[in-house]
Order: sequence, then C-alpha cells, then structure tokens
Amino acid sequence: MDKVTRLASENGLVLFSKSSCCLCYAVKILFQEIGVTPTVYELDQDPEGREMERALMRLGCSAPVPAVFIGGKLVGSTNEVMSLHLSGGLIPLLRPYHSMC
Amino acid sequence: MLQPNLKEEEGIEAIETWNVGEQQELEGDEESKLSIALDINSTCAKVAFFIISKSMNSPTPQFVPSRLGIYEPIHQIGIWGENFKSNGNPNTSTSVIVEVDNKLENESETTSHEMLTASNNYKQEASKPIDKIQRRLAQNREAARKSRLRKKAYVQQLENSRLKLIQLEQELQRARQQGLYMGGVLEGSHIGFSGTVNSGIAAFEMEYGRWVDVQHRQICELRTALNAHISDIELRILVESGIGHYFELFRMKSTVAKADVFYVISGVWKTSAERFFSWIGGFRPSELLKVLVPQLDPLTEQQILEVCNLKQSCQQAEDALSQGMEKLQETVSSTVAGGPVDEVSYIPQVATAMEKLEALVSFVNQADHLRQETLQQMSRILTTRQAARGLLALGEYFHRLRALSTLWATRPPEPSLP
Repeated sequence: MDKVTRLASENGLVLFSKSSCCLCYAVKILFQEIGVTPTVYELDQDPEGREMERALMRLGCSAPVPAVFIGGKLVGSTNEVMSLHLSGGLIPLLRPYHSMC
Repeated sequence: MLQPNLKEEEGIEAIETWNVGEQQELEGDEESKLSIALDINSTCAKVAFFIISKSMNSPTPQFVPSRLGIYEPIHQIGIWGENFKSNGNPNTSTSVIVEVDNKLENESETTSHEMLTASNNYKQEASKPIDKIQRRLAQNREAARKSRLRKKAYVQQLENSRLKLIQLEQELQRARQQGLYMGGVLEGSHIGFSGTVNSGIAAFEMEYGRWVDVQHRQICELRTALNAHISDIELRILVESGIGHYFELFRMKSTVAKADVFYVISGVWKTSAERFFSWIGGFRPSELLKVLVPQLDPLTEQQILEVCNLKQSCQQAEDALSQGMEKLQETVSSTVAGGPVDEVSYIPQVATAMEKLEALVSFVNQADHLRQETLQQMSRILTTRQAARGLLALGEYFHRLRALSTLWATRPPEPSLP
C-alpha cells in the first residue's frame, strides 16, 4: 500500500499540504474555524514528498495539495472541501471521527 | 415644542414679509422660487402662532384659525427640508428650519403684560389678516404642489442623464482598452506577452459591458414577471438564466485572471462603489446573503435553519480564504524584501516572488467558487418565487451601487468654507 493511502487511513481527518502553500493554510484555517484538528503531512518536509505528490495526482487530485481525506477516503482539494462545507455536508462527514463542540 | 409667544412686532413683520414674498414668487429661477416658497411657509407659521397667542388671551372667538392651518406649514417645511437634502441643497432647508425654531424659541421672553396691552391693539388688526391668512395658506399649498411636480421632473431628468453617463463610461472604457491594444501592436517588440494580456483584458471589458446590459434586462424581466404573477414553471426559466448569468461572469473572470490576475483583483473593471466592497476580485458571499435574506420573507422554519447554517459556513470559508490571502501577502512581501539591499541585482527575490504569486490565481478562483456555491445553495434552499425575488434584489443592489458610483462621480464640487 503506498504511503499516501496508508497515512490517509490512519486518522479520521488527514490533510496533505506544503508549508509554503497559502491555499493549504486557508484549508487549515477552515478546519480550525469548524473546530476540528486534521493530521497534517507537509510534503515539502517529507523525504518522499515528490512520490507522494505523484500518488495524489494519480488518485485524481487536480493539484497535489491541499488534499483532504476523511475516513480514509479522498474528499478532494479546496474546491471540493468548500462545496461540501457550504452544502452542509462537511461537518456530518467529520462527526464520527472528531468530537466537536 | 411649538411656542406661540410671538411679539406683536414680529407678527406684523411676518405678515409684511409675506406680502413681499408673494411678489417675488412671480420671478426668479427655480431655486429662489422654492426658497421663497419656504420663506412664505415660515412666515405663515409665524403669523399662525401669532394669532394663536393672541386668541389665547382674548375672549373674542373670531380669531381662532384652524388647527390644521397651523401645523401644515411646519409639516411642509419638514418635508421640503428632507426633499432639499436629497437634492443636494442641505444648506437651504436646514437653515430655514433652524430659523423658524430659533425665532419661536426666542419669543419665550415675552411678558404677559406686553401681550395684554398689545391684544387690544390687535383686535382691530386681526379681522383683516384672517382672510388673507387663509388665502395665503391656500397659495402656499399650491406653491408646494407645484414645487413637488418640478422636483419630480428634475429627478426624472437626472435619472436619464445618469443612465446615459453609465453607457458613455462603459464605451469609453472599452475604447480605451482597445486603444491600448492598438498601441501594443504598433510598438512591435512589445506584442509578445503584453499583447496577449491586453487582448485578454480588452476582450473581457467588451464582454463585461455586454454582461451588465444583459443583467439589467434580466432584472427588468424578473420584476415584470413577479408583478404579473406568472406560473412557477415560467419563473423557473428566468431564475435559471439569472443564476447561469452569474456563472458566466465567473467563467469570464477565470479566463482573464489567467491573463492578468492583478487586473481582476484590482476591480478596475467595476464601478467605484462596487470596488469599495471588493473582496478578492468580487463581492463577498456573506454580503450577498445579507442583501438577499431580508427580501425573502416569509421563510419556513426549515429554510431559516438552512439559511442560518449557510451563513455560518459561508463566513467560515470567507475567513479561511481571507487569512490565506494575508499569508500570501506576507510571503510575497518577505520574499521581495529579502536578501541584501546593497546588492544591485534583485532578480532572485523577484523571481521567487513570481512563483508565489501564482497562488493568487488560485485564490481568485476559490473566491469565485465560493460565490458560485453560495448562489447555488440559496437556489436549492428557496422556492422558485423566493429565488426570483432574491435574484431581483441582488441585481437591483448592484445596479444601485453602479448608480451610486455615477452620482458620486458627478456630484457638485464642495462649497468652500468661509
């Protein structure tokens, strides 16, 4: 099993990011606002970062980062997360994995 | 509030200015006529109060004028005051109102002794002004009615000029951009990238001009349809094309953002008032909800809950993007400022900054995506009729902002203070 898939299934909410990516930062802020804490993997700080990027592209992400996984399943990038949140679907999806106030 | 203690001299004086005022009404330009009409109003009020004060002290019944006659002039002054304010002549109205108030307040020093001695003299004078007063009041009302009609005509003229101005402005913008593009061609060596950029911008400007025209037409259609109570099916078609029209704008913006993202973010393609509210190259989605929701009453319990949730998630998404933008600014700024300043070459810093700026396109796209999603969700939550009202409210809001921009641009110069 490749590293991405493995890491994605280890926690309820996983975010693949880059420390220099401001859009990733925005997604982090969004989760903060909702009151959840994702497990974050910074690809630019990972020795296998390049491969992980390629793996993410193969999984169907238009941009490798930010990539959000909930319950081991790929939700998508910023677009998908925003759409999901506005339609009211993000929080219910997160509930089994995070206790939220 | 109203103190009917005019001195006798003041009362007689008021009647005399009245006479003068009536003559002046026949000549002079619009403004002075209107201000004279106001003067007539105020003297009318003064005389009316004068009469009341006298009637209070003398038992003779013949001086009791109608209560309506007394309140009408003040009421009219109030209305005209506001009318004048909206016409941009605040000085005229406020000073008149203040004048009347001051004069009334100053009369409180009148002693009852003065009034008693004066009342006997007044008994002879009073019978004459009674008919005059009623005649003056009627003339006053007539003058007020005429001035209201004149004002209506003036506002109509103003509205037409405004529309013309908006059209001219848009034509000018398009012509200017095309002029820029032509300049690029003539300069030969500059065609390359800047030619593409300019042609991208020129194309957008033309398309956007058309977009605004279509938007205006759609709003009128929606308004007519809602008033005519057409069927929900027909209304749905209008709603769909209305929403689709906004989506068209986001597509256009996405294309031009690739050519020049700074152009989109600057908001130079919008009118000045719209630019004031600009957030990452467009309107704030939360602002959209604030404009829409009051127009949608009545909402069901379920709808209220869903709108509430949408408002919250929208705000959270907005905050996230805003903070992301701030982070981007910090990053670009520190990159550009980095490195030693005593080195002549700054290429490395600028080159790195260029890479980081690529993210700006993503942010603009995300912001537009948020706008689109907000519209989509509202369309889902609302009934067809509510959605139509919402689209009308939104379109009208932006239309008014554009009108505000034009009015602001054409406002008269500030009068210099003494």
